[in-house]
Amino acid sequence: MNNKLEVSAIKDGTVIDHIPADSLFKAINILHLDTIGETITFGTNFISKRLGRKAIIKLANIYFKDSDINRIALVAPAAKLNIIKDYKVIEKRIVEVPDEITGIVKCVNPKCITNHEDIVTRFQIIDKEKIQLHCHFCEKITDKEHLNVL
Amino acid sequence: MLFWVNTCTIFNRNKELSHNKEYSMKNKSLVSITDYSKADYLKILEVAADFEQNSYQNLLNGKVIASLFFEPSTRTRLSFESAINRLGGKCIGISDSSTSSVTKGETLYDTIKVVSNYSELIVMRHPLEGSARYASEQSKVPVVNAGDGANQHPTQTLLDLYSIYKTQEKLDNINIFMVGDLKFGRTVHSLLMAMSEFNATFNFISPDELKMPEEYKMHLDKIGLSYNEQRDLDESILGADIVYMTRVQKERFSDLIEYERTKNAYVLKSEMLKGAKENMKVLHPLPRVNEIDLDVDESTHAYYFDQARNGVFVRQAIIALILGLK
Repeated sequence: MNNKLEVSAIKDGTVIDHIPADSLFKAINILHLDTIGETITFGTNFISKRLGRKAIIKLANIYFKDSDINRIALVAPAAKLNIIKDYKVIEKRIVEVPDEITGIVKCVNPKCITNHEDIVTRFQIIDKEKIQLHCHFCEKITDKEHLNVL
Repeated sequence: MLFWVNTCTIFNRNKELSHNKEYSMKNKSLVSITDYSKADYLKILEVAADFEQNSYQNLLNGKVIASLFFEPSTRTRLSFESAINRLGGKCIGISDSSTSSVTKGETLYDTIKVVSNYSELIVMRHPLEGSARYASEQSKVPVVNAGDGANQHPTQTLLDLYSIYKTQEKLDNINIFMVGDLKFGRTVHSLLMAMSEFNATFNFISPDELKMPEEYKMHLDKIGLSYNEQRDLDESILGADIVYMTRVQKERFSDLIEYERTKNAYVLKSEMLKGAKENMKVLHPLPRVNEIDLDVDESTHAYYFDQARNGVFVRQAIIALILGLK
């Protein structure tokens, strides 16, 4: 049986690999890929030794700044980026959980002011391994299990 | 009069300590107790002691302070308004959101933007958590948090510190027992954070459902302070310098049978204080329901009403320091 991924190669752009399968759509939301006009291919539930099931996103002619791509670290901390130029991988990058994150995640606390007024959420990430987010406003912790992407 | 002299002596003794360290509260909002440093705490306590000796000082000289209470409050609001009046200030504001533009759907953002044009400082209580931090970032003038939901109530913590300082003549190495609802009680969380700056020993007494949250115990572990946790309110409190009582509320229990079983287990009675250390004082943020028997009021250990009185001087100190008047 052929184990090769059944998605076509891209000439120029970015491939995001090692996304946990259940985080694919969260990653798409965080990167606002629904608003991009370029060709995007994504697949999920590929077998992965490390993740069990993984997802992959291929973006033609799209390159990310570190600060942008690091936003998906919350839902895909093991994600790897392959930067493609003329069908060749010219650079590999890993994502890094940032120290602070704004406007991506909803605060878990229903009584937080950010859930009642039109306020951009803001969190300090106090545990990068367990993914624990400290709300700048209400000071409550949002953990990985309760992570809701806005 | 002896009392005044004693208070003054304690603070004069510590003046050097606060003068040696940097503190800068001028124009700085007070949202969370951790916004201020240990040196700030000591400066506030020193200035509060000055106000206790001479409470009526016309430092504000007619300046306007806004008092925005979006939910009902008796003690805190009146304590702040008393502090503003004693400083010669004028107080404007709301004491109930049902009589303000909030009922018309005005956002907190708009309210703060407008009110910060009318006043030198805003004192705010709001039912939503994080509202004070948000207001402080939108306001042109400093904001003092008078309680944002179950989150923070830093002026309560500072008056607790002042009460501990006055009764124990020190803040360092205090043996403190916190009793009752340690899970949801914002006062015990903030007091723990503040007292952890002074090498306190902590004892937590609560039902299993209302134990001190892990994050606070982790904080103590991290800085190497010891604590003890137990379920029963027993004779161990006799070794306390401070017993900090809080209310165990019915609505906090998922199991009402458990509430019925425990509701009388965290009631402090005067006979339980026989043999207590002479310096031991019982504090309570108030309002009290039944967790301290009325007969404790007659005891030399009862301090909760004096504690409430201290709040006025501490709030005078906070306002004066933020506005650069002290």
